Amino acid sequence: MRKMIMRLAVGAALASFAGAALAQNFDDPKEFQAAKDLLAMQPQGPADKPWEQNLGGKEVDTSKYKKSGPYRVCFSNAGVDNPWRVVGWTNMQAQVEVLKSDIKSFTVADAEGKDDKQISDINSFVSSGNCDILIVSPNTTAALTPAVEAACQKLPVVVFDRGVLTQCPVTFINPIGGYGWGIQTANFIVSKLPKGGKVLALRILPGVDVLETRWSAANRIFKENGVQVVGAEFTNGDNAKTKSIVEDYINRFGKIDAVWMDAGATAVAALEAFEDAGQPYPIITGEDQEDFLMKWKAKNLTAMAPTYPTYQWRTPIIAAVKILKGEPVIGPTWKLPQPVIMQTDLDKYVDDKMPPLHYAMCGCKDLPGYPQRWGGK
Amino acid sequence: MSATHLQSSPFTVRRGSLAPVLLLAGSVVLYVGAALWTGETKMLDAEGVVGLLQRMVALGVVALGQTFVILAGSIDLSVANMISVAAVLASYIMQGRPDMVPPAVAAVLAISALVGLVNGALIARLQVNSLIATLGVGLILQGLLSASFTNFAGSVPPEFQLVAYSAFGGVPYSVAGLFALAALCAWLLRATRFGAHLYAVGGNAEGARLAGIRTDLILIGAHVICAVSAGLTGLYLASRLRSGAPWVGRDGVYDLESIAVVVIGGTLLAGGRGGVAGTLAGVLLFATLDAVFNMLGVSAYPQLVLRGAIVVLAVAAYTFRAKGHVA
Amino acid sequence: MTLVLDQRRPASRALALARKVNVAVIVFLVLYLAIGLLQPTYFEPAGLMNFLRRAAPLAILSAGQLFVLASGGFDLSVGSLITLTVIGGSMLTANDPSRTWWAIAALYGVGLAVGLINGAVVAFLKTPSIIATLGTLLSVNGAAMMWSGGAPRGYLPDNFRMFGRLVLHDVPIVKIFPIAIAVLAVCGALAYWGFHGAVFGRRILAVGDNPRAAELSGVRVRSVRIGVFVISALAAVTAGIMLGGFGGVSVDVGLGLELQSIAACVVGGVQLMGGRGSVTGAIAGALTLFALFTLLTLLGLPQPLKETAQGLILIAAVALGAWRRRRAV
Repeated sequence: MRKMIMRLAVGAALASFAGAALAQNFDDPKEFQAAKDLLAMQPQGPADKPWEQNLGGKEVDTSKYKKSGPYRVCFSNAGVDNPWRVVGWTNMQAQVEVLKSDIKSFTVADAEGKDDKQISDINSFVSSGNCDILIVSPNTTAALTPAVEAACQKLPVVVFDRGVLTQCPVTFINPIGGYGWGIQTANFIVSKLPKGGKVLALRILPGVDVLETRWSAANRIFKENGVQVVGAEFTNGDNAKTKSIVEDYINRFGKIDAVWMDAGATAVAALEAFEDAGQPYPIITGEDQEDFLMKWKAKNLTAMAPTYPTYQWRTPIIAAVKILKGEPVIGPTWKLPQPVIMQTDLDKYVDDKMPPLHYAMCGCKDLPGYPQRWGGK
Repeated sequence: MSATHLQSSPFTVRRGSLAPVLLLAGSVVLYVGAALWTGETKMLDAEGVVGLLQRMVALGVVALGQTFVILAGSIDLSVANMISVAAVLASYIMQGRPDMVPPAVAAVLAISALVGLVNGALIARLQVNSLIATLGVGLILQGLLSASFTNFAGSVPPEFQLVAYSAFGGVPYSVAGLFALAALCAWLLRATRFGAHLYAVGGNAEGARLAGIRTDLILIGAHVICAVSAGLTGLYLASRLRSGAPWVGRDGVYDLESIAVVVIGGTLLAGGRGGVAGTLAGVLLFATLDAVFNMLGVSAYPQLVLRGAIVVLAVAAYTFRAKGHVA
Repeated sequence: MTLVLDQRRPASRALALARKVNVAVIVFLVLYLAIGLLQPTYFEPAGLMNFLRRAAPLAILSAGQLFVLASGGFDLSVGSLITLTVIGGSMLTANDPSRTWWAIAALYGVGLAVGLINGAVVAFLKTPSIIATLGTLLSVNGAAMMWSGGAPRGYLPDNFRMFGRLVLHDVPIVKIFPIAIAVLAVCGALAYWGFHGAVFGRRILAVGDNPRAAELSGVRVRSVRIGVFVISALAAVTAGIMLGGFGGVSVDVGLGLELQSIAACVVGGVQLMGGRGSVTGAIAGALTLFALFTLLTLLGLPQPLKETAQGLILIAAVALGAWRRRRAV
């Protein structure tokens, strides 16, 4: 009887889910090609301010939003649950301070990573009547679409980072994205890898679109070039787990020549596994976090750091003020450049005064309060 | 549930039944005070208040179910995962087609009832500790779900989105639905034999058994109600988010939050005392905190600290006079 | 199992204990054998040492959790206390090795305070420990993030990291010897003494079994309650220092470890709601859980199905325990 209950439960659950996996296309050749084209493009705009640059964008007229300042800016944030968002959020606050003569108030609602709360937050902003413009960093793309659509009816909206499935915002700001990341990193490994070298891919989580596309693009290039990927493992972004996985791979294969990562937060932990095993450092692609850059410089690694630049948090504030002044902005999509850090410009970004989890491509050195505001000394 | 030998004193009873009123008053004072203080008086008009009530729906529905389980002296940690399963299953079966709404809803209700049955059977028949049983079932559900779906799966048709986005005379269907469901739960608890037996089982399981109550059936019933309420929350979220993803329940922390609001509402974690009004008041307090923190511009991290302290203090406010031992 | 029974039939108690411990230990050995068959390096001394090194933090955490569980409570705050320890360590040391020792002392101070608060809320405010420590979980996590502004401000110096990372090479017999194993041995011995050797341990079991009876027989229940939460918190700080040492600075290192430590104890035969448990069981349970994770990784099972397997094993372990108890009665 008891066994039957268990078996029934498991069986029913399995039957209802097995094979139900939805083939979501994270490996779209068209998107791959589009990212390739964007990477080849020369950015337009001020060269020393990549957060104001764009790739092949067109200007949209915003004269209908023109208002007299100073303005009340509202921001619905998905959350500040990881260091990338913390650095970006700090950038944004500092950018508000830069434009304080134009911004009367800057009101924020933090959704703590909950779609349901963010929808309510956006609704409250719209009904409060205290916002001249609404900036949204959506927690998830599809879920936030109706709320953003409703907000568009009442006031101008700017979306950045993750998108929404509607063209109604004045502009949607983001960098080239996951495919670009995958192309940049895989090409680097292909160019440095000795013949027959083994590559270990470390990924954070399955299912997150921006991470899946990074991997699909990289994997496509690895396959095209006949690179041997000995494993693709999920680390949950956890240092201890990353280190354990890498140790196991070193034990199993004797030597790992390159480590590819879909996000750099655990890059140093991966490198430490090689140290602790008494092995030479691998070729590695990390991210622009300071702990990785410091290690790279100190140990003279063969490495590169792709970025998903946190300076994109500055752009929405700049765009918001422009929109309310009736000045044209890039839209309805505003593609920001997505630079990489290579050996040659490493020194420009390494800074031992900054905290280990700071993102060097923050474009924040000219902002008020640097470096203390970002935890630097 | 982790309390032993909690003796009743007349004083705690009175405080317990006062809890909903006190919480309601406290929430209103907080909300109105914050709105006046920040000058956001628009939050006090009909639209603002409806926005506040809308924040209650998702947590409220599942917390109503959790009330039954806790009243029976049990607990359900699998609700967050059940919510994810329900949301994904609904939008996957619907695939944007209006004609698939009834089968999808039926499937969600059937699966959630089955999960509740398994939870209840594990606890009542196999005598597995309720925390571990429901934690384990939650892990199993989440694992199967995440292995099959990695992102938003399918979508719900516009007709089904009306559940979350449509209103009658300014009152959203979903808010009305929450209060209707609460009324139904109150009736079940107060006016039916099942309700009376539920209180008896929670108050003194052994005594209830000796009095001839089928305690195992009552416990299983409570778990089925709880799992179905989690399924309803999943349906609501699928409607509100247009689709279901395997993380919606976990990201919402509906497991721990639903337990917290039930206990804040004056229901004894050990079972046997409490009710629907308190739970609704607890949910209102949580929704008010969200809204008030936004109005006052309290940033995310201090919010966490405050919320933790408020949870403990709100519960301590009526436990600290209890005699006997609590673990 | 009551105290009276203990005095009357010590032999059966020892037998029951041995039988119970054996299950977790045997399951662990079987799992480890399977791991070794899939990946022979685990049979080498270095492989075993590395396995123990990685499992040590969870084992220590579980040994601390055992005290709370045996008294009838739960400690859900240990995961966020671990996060606070790692973030706090990086804030206090800021990569300056000379600050390591007072930083560690300060972190244990923080742990002591958290444990005292948990214990006092449960003992004096009579708030059920699930709710009390859920509150602490939220507050401690928020405090860690507030302190660091969301991102830790410094690196952990090498002498801080040694407890989780340093490995002595060229050691006879075992070849390599991680310091973490020494830490585990010391903590395990302390826990064993506290739980099985000292009077305190018997009081914990008495309180967990029947607090009213314990009180009537002269046990100061409140002190015991506060004591177990302090022990659990100090174990969490230790595990945090080791995890920070092993992996370096991160912001979500403690995530989910509270449930894992409870699960480890359950697998090790510790009875929820108190009254029964052993340090050997808790540590063997942690090793079993860790071996299970390793095995599932080696089998190449999709990540999510590992959760499913964990859920099934948890339920099975408790159902088995309940079944044996009923049979014994």
